Amino acid sequence: MKTVEEIKAAIEAAVPGAAVEIVPNPSPSGQHSLRIAPVHAFAVAKFLRDDEDLKLDFLSNVTGVDWPDKEISEKVKVTRTVTKTVAGVEQAVEETVEETRKRVEPGCLEAVYHLFSVEKKHGPVIIRMRTVNRSDLVYMPSLTPVWRSAEFQEREVWDLYGIIFTGHPDLRRLLMWQGFKDHPMRRDYVEPDDFEYEPTAHDQVLARARAHRAAKQNAAAGQEGTGAGQ
Amino acid sequence: MAVDEQLKIELGKQGVFVTTIQDLYNWGRRNSVWPMQFGLACCAIEMIATTMARYDLARFGAEVFRPSPRQADMMIISGTVTKKMAPQVVRLYNQMAEPRYVIAMGACAISGGPFKQGYNVLKGIDRYIPVDVHIPGCPPRPEALIQAFMTLQKKIEAQPLTGEGRPRHLDAEAQGEFPVPHPGEHDLEPTSNPGVWTVPVIIQ
Repeated sequence: MKTVEEIKAAIEAAVPGAAVEIVPNPSPSGQHSLRIAPVHAFAVAKFLRDDEDLKLDFLSNVTGVDWPDKEISEKVKVTRTVTKTVAGVEQAVEETVEETRKRVEPGCLEAVYHLFSVEKKHGPVIIRMRTVNRSDLVYMPSLTPVWRSAEFQEREVWDLYGIIFTGHPDLRRLLMWQGFKDHPMRRDYVEPDDFEYEPTAHDQVLARARAHRAAKQNAAAGQEGTGAGQ
Repeated sequence: MAVDEQLKIELGKQGVFVTTIQDLYNWGRRNSVWPMQFGLACCAIEMIATTMARYDLARFGAEVFRPSPRQADMMIISGTVTKKMAPQVVRLYNQMAEPRYVIAMGACAISGGPFKQGYNVLKGIDRYIPVDVHIPGCPPRPEALIQAFMTLQKKIEAQPLTGEGRPRHLDAEAQGEFPVPHPGEHDLEPTSNPGVWTVPVIIQ
């Protein structure tokens, strides 16, 4: 099979404007993946499926990755003018100060597709796509028209991560029920507070169970207080 | 009123059989408990094994798995009850005719098991419907299910037909329908049925 570099070159030659980025995998398996822009995803997918050398006719797996917003603090040297009293005279002096600046790198949601070729007996070729952010611009083209097996797996990714696949024929939740609002596999998902009975709690569960009990006691105390007032 | 055992044996020697309606009635009931044919997860495989030749649940009169809740007397909750499935399980239970019994089979059915801290698994079906026998295990062996079934038979046998503790079908006041939880935006609503399940007190 072609190496990822060759595949990247082939894609860029076949699909004009497609910017393919190689995401290296440092593990012994060395399964490097190709990050493609969602705009060109459909054309790239079609090329990968139909190309004579690749013939990636089997989509084995679709999954999602949640990249949360990252807060990065960095030290920057800033030069600014400060008014100072030097030897009894007020002067404007330039001073270099080191400042810690914090910036938030916006997170995103990523979909990962693992492709194989049954005909050529090779694979996997891994392609990745990213959304703009993880709050409102969570759109991505669906690859179900190219590989039918993506249908349920994209539904699962929508259900658990909240990526909206445009062009999907039937984008409903797969594992959770209709009307469920959260996406449980996101890093910031908070499960409902049903820790009222934890007979063998430990670690995180113990902390949650204690918090639940404290909240319950506080609520009870508050109610008693109002009851006494009346 | 129970018959004196010694008197019963003496009368038996004379060719007279004496019993009570209650014994006769419960003897018939406990030996023809028909389970409902449904499985939820891997425990169902053990449940199927229990009904097959090696373990042979037919010895206890419970081999007739009914595909309709209207014809079933017992519900074996065999496996993980997800929050998506829980309303359907409660609805099926509501559709069963009295007298009806429930065996919660396996760690998931009794408490959520290894998925307890997951986002989609109910922490025990006894939060919504009354459970008669709980069996721990992951999954419980067929012997454990047979043990549970025999426990249920003993329970049926011991039920008086009148007064306190009589089976629900002889009690006009008994609750017949249990509220079906509604799948809400974040969790099932309500998260438990307080008439069936109250938070157990943890002694530390």
